[in-house]
Amino acid sequence: MREKLLRYGLLLFVLAITIGPFLLQLSTSLKGINEDIYTATPRLLPSEPTLDNYVQVMRTLPVLKYAANSLVVAAIVIVGNAVGATLAGYALARLRFRGGRLVFGAFVATLVLPEEVTIISKLVTIQSLGLADTLLGVALPGAIGMLNVLLMRTAFAAIPREMDEAAIVDGANAWQRFTRIGLPNVRGMLSVITIFAFIGAWDDFLWPLIVLTDPENLTLTVGLNYLNGTFSANPRLIAAGTMIAFIPIVIVFATLQRFFFRGVEEGAIKG
Amino acid sequence: MVHQRWFTPWVLVAPAAVWLVVFSAWPAINTVILSFTNAKPLGGGHFTGLQNFERALDDDQLLDALINSVVYMLVCVPLLTFLPLLLAVLVEKRLPGITFFRTAFYTPVIASAVVVAIIWGWLLSEHGMINGLMRQLEVIQEPLPFLTDRWLLLFSAISLTVWKGLGYYMIIYLSALGNVRRELHEAAAVDGAGPVRRFFHITVPGVRGTMLLVSVLISVSALRVFSELYVLSNGTGGPGGRDMSVVMLIQLYSRGFTGHLGYASALSLILLVITIGPMLLLTRLGRNS
Repeated sequence: MREKLLRYGLLLFVLAITIGPFLLQLSTSLKGINEDIYTATPRLLPSEPTLDNYVQVMRTLPVLKYAANSLVVAAIVIVGNAVGATLAGYALARLRFRGGRLVFGAFVATLVLPEEVTIISKLVTIQSLGLADTLLGVALPGAIGMLNVLLMRTAFAAIPREMDEAAIVDGANAWQRFTRIGLPNVRGMLSVITIFAFIGAWDDFLWPLIVLTDPENLTLTVGLNYLNGTFSANPRLIAAGTMIAFIPIVIVFATLQRFFFRGVEEGAIKG
Repeated sequence: MVHQRWFTPWVLVAPAAVWLVVFSAWPAINTVILSFTNAKPLGGGHFTGLQNFERALDDDQLLDALINSVVYMLVCVPLLTFLPLLLAVLVEKRLPGITFFRTAFYTPVIASAVVVAIIWGWLLSEHGMINGLMRQLEVIQEPLPFLTDRWLLLFSAISLTVWKGLGYYMIIYLSALGNVRRELHEAAAVDGAGPVRRFFHITVPGVRGTMLLVSVLISVSALRVFSELYVLSNGTGGPGGRDMSVVMLIQLYSRGFTGHLGYASALSLILLVITIGPMLLLTRLGRNS
């Protein structure tokens, strides 16, 4: 009993540290101009909650357009990874072919390359494809992640080989084996890589900051940074802006977290 | 045992292979090529030999960035290797509501670094809550310049990185704790070993491999830090631009009239070299154990 109390006490303490700042920011975003936000002990519940700051921030900057832009980028990245990484992962895990090991080795080799090392030449590539300052230019490089290919390969490799052999006896071709045996058995990993594709694309900052220049056409994180630099005099507006970026991802994660934690328990996430 | 047409695997691998070449392999090669040129954001460049690397040797801002990286790494590695392990032990037991706590502790990880840095920038500002609280408790008389002092700014960014990373490494440890044999804990408890002794004598040895992996991951990501420092300093790199990271310098030279893609590429190669160090260490230590 004492141990249980101690555990819950510690859990609540860590809870306050991890989500306290978000709650404070949410509260600030809902406070009207008559409420003091510059105090050492701000009230967590606004005395007169208002959505005024949200209306204001949307008037100041095209925040909704930024959000739509982030969504477009995320959609491309999700579809690209779900399709591209799954197909390649299947081929590398289940089909034998000349050069297969070499291709696999090439995917592994890219992992030692931190993303930031190649951003300059990726920028040059995107520019020469005529995609500078476009959303497609932001989305394209991450549309098939090398790590995702390897994760999908691991998931496919865990399916017992006898299942394939039985299907071959029944005359199933590679595509039929992929859709009927492969796909149903990798749903856990597939949901993990899609969740992370979304989070990664939605949160990304450095790459869109480099690719995009037109202030009318930014993604949400870049727009938010712009807002923070330009309107730092009004913390309520900035708080509203950060919540517009933060709340959608919390909803997505809260809805899908059971897939994520199941994946963790199955050992999907090992760094 | 060939039950597929020869080209089927290639068709399936093709999209990912194209991405590998266009967005990974070629950019890697091109970074090396560009680093020997004076390429600008607008227009090509000429071969300039080792000029960019000579410039890097004389660059005080790069020296500061490298010092910052080392400090960042030295503070982050111990904190983020141990604190998340303690958290993982705390949320390991299946108590009622534990999923809620696990999800909540993971929240800072899924939030964008920009969002997180803006929130902390507000808390740490001159009129922010942290200064306010410390003044009320009379720890300090004047507000501390968390965001405008060369070292305080760096440590503010470090605390942000640590705070944001807790949940991420907690999950990795949680996954590893599942493999530590339960019987060992039970046997030790029967022998009268308290929780602290069991932590150091059973849990820690049981996840030693993961701790090694985690500390390498932390080192590499500390060397790659960008958003926290960028947003906290409003893109300026702090007083005199001394709180830059190597990635901030790369970004700085990537665009505009001051841009210099050749020099930025040379900086990228320097970044690659310093991140390879921890990774080599991992493979070496991994082989020994």
